[in-house]
Amino acid sequence: MSRPELQAPPEIYYGDVEAKKYTNNTRVQQIQADMTYRALELLNLPPDQPAFLLDIGCGSGLSGEILDEEGYHWVGCDIAPSMLEVALEREVEGDLFLQDIGQGFGFRPGSFDGAISISVIQWLLNAETSHPTSSPPHRLTRFFTTLHAALKNPSRAVLQFYPSSDDQIQLITSIAMKAGFGGGIVVDYPNSKKAKKVYLCLFVGGGGGAQQQLPKGLEGDEEAEARAQFEKRRERLRSREKSGKRKNIKDRDWILKKKEVSMILSRL
Amino acid sequence: MVRLITHNILACHAKGCTSNNFPLQFQDVSIELREAEFNADFLRGFLPRLEWPALVGAARQLGDTSLPEEQPEMIDDEFLQKLHHVLLEIHVEEGAMVCPNCKHVYPISNGIPNMLLAEHEIG
Ligand SMILES: C[S@@+](CC[C@H](N)C(=O)[O-])C[C@H]1O[C@@H](n2cnc3c(N)ncnc32)[C@H](O)[C@@H]1O
Ligand SMILES: [Zn+2]
Repeated sequence: MSRPELQAPPEIYYGDVEAKKYTNNTRVQQIQADMTYRALELLNLPPDQPAFLLDIGCGSGLSGEILDEEGYHWVGCDIAPSMLEVALEREVEGDLFLQDIGQGFGFRPGSFDGAISISVIQWLLNAETSHPTSSPPHRLTRFFTTLHAALKNPSRAVLQFYPSSDDQIQLITSIAMKAGFGGGIVVDYPNSKKAKKVYLCLFVGGGGGAQQQLPKGLEGDEEAEARAQFEKRRERLRSREKSGKRKNIKDRDWILKKKEVSMILSRL
Repeated sequence: MVRLITHNILACHAKGCTSNNFPLQFQDVSIELREAEFNADFLRGFLPRLEWPALVGAARQLGDTSLPEEQPEMIDDEFLQKLHHVLLEIHVEEGAMVCPNCKHVYPISNGIPNMLLAEHEIG
């Protein structure tokens, strides 16, 4: 099967049936949760301070649910009505918007303490029509410039995505830099076909010195890693069930336990 | 759910609409009140980001007159409780938001505002 973004526009691909299938798949839930935790780690927010975040392409709320758990206030946007409907059913706490991120945001300057995006921006690489405003570079430019404006200075945006080539990484990164961001690409488990994950880690403002150093990617035994993560995830779910309500689980330990590693980032 | 916290950071993003494009005006709205967890630190942190007159105006449009015209200098708990209610507990479920400048209508259905632009409105 070819990649989803090559099959149909997102709001069609994620129709009623796929939105439910996607959200109920436990494997998907686990992977999206793991990547969300990793994105939060890369976001490097001041510890134990409340924050107001943007979840770009929030879908049915699998990533937003983690933000709820962690006690963040957030706003989510997505282009697929069916995904947003599932998010409503799941009673996520963020405010939701029906929005095409390629058209840009209208948020006032400095509105957010940070932004995450999990498995979304590869969709911006596919033109849907031949209108000039829907060419991928135009849409990426709108997206990154309005995102940059919406973020506080200093802050970060961390966007995990699935590039299909180095050229795509290059294109996305260069447009982000032109929009005023610093930062670059962080690759986790670069040598594993299955576990490799690409994060675009963007900085607003140079301030904060060491704080705005590009973080290192993860390496190591991703099989064991994946098992450990799954255990943790199950523990989290259990403790959530026990407590009977969402709470702020400040349980970031498992992220920190991941093997500290040699450097594998590439700055584009 | 459009809450006033989100409404307060939202301007019109239609092409060429760059001034007098905030705050969006509510139209034919229905609201629901839902309790939210009170977090004084969050509110204190968010306060400097608010456009105060826009918030007071929007709250009044929705029938809540609890906030003072001017942002008070003394931030006490009583004030934060009011702010908490206005920002986080009033949910606009149906209706629309209209740009004061270009008059673009952003419909709200099921609590979700439709921010999609037509081809000619994309910047
Ligand atoms: C794989 S899902 C990820 C959803 C969620 N972040 C998660 O982790 O479960 C990708 C999402 O990106 C959304 N998307 C794709 N293109 C978009 C666009 N141009 N604007 C907004 N959302 C978009 C899709 O509708 C879909 O919900
Ligand atoms: Zn306008």
